[in-house]
Amino acid sequence: MIRDEDIIVVDTPVLNAAERLYIPQIVAGMQVTLRHMFKKSITVQYPEQKRTLRLENYRGVHRLNRDEEGRVACVACFMCETACPAHCIHIVAEESPWDDREKYPLQFDIDELRCIYCGMCEEACPVDAIELTPEYNLVGRSRQEMVFDKEKLLKVYDQTKTEKPRKNPRITGYAGTGNRTEGQPTGDSH
Amino acid sequence: MLDILKDQFWFSAILTVVLIGAIMGVVAYCIYFERKISAWIQDRVGPNRVGPFGLFQPLADGAKFLFKEDIIPANVDKPLFLIAPVIAFGLAMIGFAVLPWGGNVDLDADGIIDVTAQVADPGIGLLYLLGVGSLGIYGVVLGGWANNNKYAFFSAMRSTAQMLSYEIPMGIAIFVVVITVGTLRLEDIVLSQIGEGNVWNIVLHPFAFIILLITIFAETNRTPFDLAEAEQELVGGYHTEYSALKFGMFFLGEYAHMITGSGFITILFLGGWHLPGVPGLQPGDVSIWAMLFKMTVMGAKIVGFLFLFMWVRWTIPRFRFDQLMRLSWKGLLPISMILAGYATTLVYLGKATNIPWALGGNVALLVIVLIYNGLRSGEITGRQANLPAIARPVEAHS
Ligand code: SF4
Ligand code: SF4
Repeated sequence: MIRDEDIIVVDTPVLNAAERLYIPQIVAGMQVTLRHMFKKSITVQYPEQKRTLRLENYRGVHRLNRDEEGRVACVACFMCETACPAHCIHIVAEESPWDDREKYPLQFDIDELRCIYCGMCEEACPVDAIELTPEYNLVGRSRQEMVFDKEKLLKVYDQTKTEKPRKNPRITGYAGTGNRTEGQPTGDSH
Repeated sequence: MLDILKDQFWFSAILTVVLIGAIMGVVAYCIYFERKISAWIQDRVGPNRVGPFGLFQPLADGAKFLFKEDIIPANVDKPLFLIAPVIAFGLAMIGFAVLPWGGNVDLDADGIIDVTAQVADPGIGLLYLLGVGSLGIYGVVLGGWANNNKYAFFSAMRSTAQMLSYEIPMGIAIFVVVITVGTLRLEDIVLSQIGEGNVWNIVLHPFAFIILLITIFAETNRTPFDLAEAEQELVGGYHTEYSALKFGMFFLGEYAHMITGSGFITILFLGGWHLPGVPGLQPGDVSIWAMLFKMTVMGAKIVGFLFLFMWVRWTIPRFRFDQLMRLSWKGLLPISMILAGYATTLVYLGKATNIPWALGGNVALLVIVLIYNGLRSGEITGRQANLPAIARPVEAHS
């Protein structure tokens, strides 16, 4: 319910005699545009120049992080697949060969063409295994090529880990591999 | 060579060829500068990839127009569909025939005037320009009709209504000039602004100049009067269904029309090829070099107007249709009629070219308009007046 005091009524201003001639207004507007004609352009000449991105929160291509031992950090919990509004993540889980976690992703596909780069998957991941990178030069020759599988996503991590290191899951959520470590913050458990 | 040129027929023929080439070039670069100026105004760079500073962009555009697929939709009125762009472009081009580019020329310096630097020199050149200018709408209407597309048709109807409304103040503003100088021959109109005691008509009748400028904006379908091409409402307007070179012809026609309009207003109000006090630009200078100099000056004035057209286009938003109509019928028309009455009176009193009288009348008219506007200033324009009470200003709350 909108309260009356929240409504701001904006009326068109009443024009005075000179303004009704339009000409003073037009001249004023033309002065503004003339000033802009001599301003320096703010264009970024893209292929030659690139914008400096805010690495922290730019949302580009995904990556699947590796843990300290180089294994895929994902524990196949399906949180990201559930959270994704575009339904573009497809995971096939398998019992993990390692004994510090129960499952790992046998297959992990993200359809980068369907993705809307909202970052919900990153938010949802309890072990900070999936992250969005500042990489935006994303091209391919076919739709199939744009479906990134686990290997490709891990490769993106290898390429971008110096530029944007993995968040420290000991601070942001569950520790390293999905085992809850004593005394560490536990993230959102409610 | 010079002997052939001394015949007005051959001179005109050669001038025609040169003019068509020059105007096509100017039109092509108009499109380039339209994009550049819009970019500068919006703090961008504009076309800069094709050649140095993007200077070859018009060539690239032309090649694109040539090689694109030329689609003729299924249910169009085919003959009209095909002929409409030709009409739009052709009519825009033939207006140049009567523009006086450089006065009289004595090619071999023997003291006899050989030719006038003009393709044709009819005694009613002004009427011809007026007629051709108004016919320009024909291409738009035919294009809109033949399209068999409702948006294109809306566009054509808007154009027609706009043209009808703006022809009248335009005609009357021109009448002010014609009654003052007493001739319809364009060269004579230029000459009448030159010499002892004569000034450019813009000094005598600045109000008529402004009215003519506004109506030329309307007649060339330029912002703020480009309702016929309102992309947000009408897709592309009358050329929605056109593609490739046919679209290109509409496009070129629009710019050619702008050049004609600029030349028109230059001749009527800004002394054509003349600059006061500059040697080489006076009626007595008839050498071939003087002719070229005069053509350059005339061209420069036209380019100035073209710049104004573009500058305005990227500054002012489009009028709403009711505002458009109100401006013409309730603004320009009464003012121009008063002006015409005043100019006629001046001619009767024999003071038509008397600066204090003519200029004084224009200033008085401006004051009258301001006072009239001031008296009405409580009233909000248009449909806003009928809004319910909620939309009246309320006390600002904190
Ligand atoms: S960024 Fe958004 S749309 Fe893309 S995969 Fe993640 S959750 Fe899905
Ligand atoms: S939310 Fe994280 S751990 Fe869970 S499946 Fe997705 S990437 Fe793997």
